[in-house]
Amino acid sequence: MHELPVIKSILDICLRQAVQYKVSKIVGIHLEIGRLSDLEEEWMQKYFDYLSEGTVAEGAKIKVEWVPIVLRCTECGESFEVAAKELSGVACPKCHIENKFSLVSGKEYQIKNMEAY
Amino acid sequence: MSDVKLIEVKENILSDNKEMAEKLRRMLFEKKTFLLNLMASPGAGKTTLILKTIETLRKEFRLGVIEADIDSSVDAEKVVSQGIAAIQLRTGGFCHLDASMVSKGLAAMDLDGIDILIIENIGNLVCPAEFDTGAIKNAMILSVPEGDDKPLKYPLMFTVCDALVVNKIDYLSMSDFNIQAMKDRVYALNPNIRIFEVSAKTGEGIEAWANWLKEEYNTFVNPT
Repeated sequence: MHELPVIKSILDICLRQAVQYKVSKIVGIHLEIGRLSDLEEEWMQKYFDYLSEGTVAEGAKIKVEWVPIVLRCTECGESFEVAAKELSGVACPKCHIENKFSLVSGKEYQIKNMEAY
Repeated sequence: MSDVKLIEVKENILSDNKEMAEKLRRMLFEKKTFLLNLMASPGAGKTTLILKTIETLRKEFRLGVIEADIDSSVDAEKVVSQGIAAIQLRTGGFCHLDASMVSKGLAAMDLDGIDILIIENIGNLVCPAEFDTGAIKNAMILSVPEGDDKPLKYPLMFTVCDALVVNKIDYLSMSDFNIQAMKDRVYALNPNIRIFEVSAKTGEGIEAWANWLKEEYNTFVNPT
């Protein structure tokens, strides 16, 4: 829903890195995004293509590595993965206690690396 | 063509916004102005809750409101009519507020004369969750008619909030809203969240919510 400002932010960071590393072309951008985010890959690429026109990042492909939602049971310490849709009445697969968890991963929002020459 | 090289970026996508938000928090700390970011769906009762909160706290605190709206100033007018400092930020179609927009709002207000400043964010449970506004605390409203399944649909929002106000509690008997199920879902995502059951219309539960704000303000100005 808010892909546009997010993509603008990604582009700004990558263009800054391009200057710093003196590269003339960015060909790929690798993102790490947690499954709690609702970003859509298809729209991210479309907005990126639009915003990057005329920059050294024009034509770069966005690759998203989706980080799963992992919860840790605060009772027994067991860590396990859940889908965003299954976040209702989650029970620990080991001790079966319900809804006592801390979030281990799923909120990632990072640019991991970029390929450039 | 020269060899393609891999550049490790390792930077948060919204790092510029986060940096700006941290800068705002430092400034708010100096000014001793407590900024609360209030988020909710359209129609959840943000403006009504703000008006009720003003009514409850105005004797003890100097209050202010930053209203965000895509393209109107109806809400700010309601607040100003109560004699409270308010400004309207028109986001021009943007679905959320970010730290740079909030900084414009802060620049337009006399922070030396404000103890508690409330941001009424855009009515939306998706986008505002991603953007740090520079607020000291985040709160959200979930109103009973919206349904108890909202934590399942908008999990991120529930993880970033310090407090959840369950509004329109006076509708509870007319709906199939299961308050315990909703709480279980919310605590699963965020065990430290504070939940307040209120009716901004009748005033039920407003005191507990206002007390929380008061305590948070006191902790903010007198950190231990």
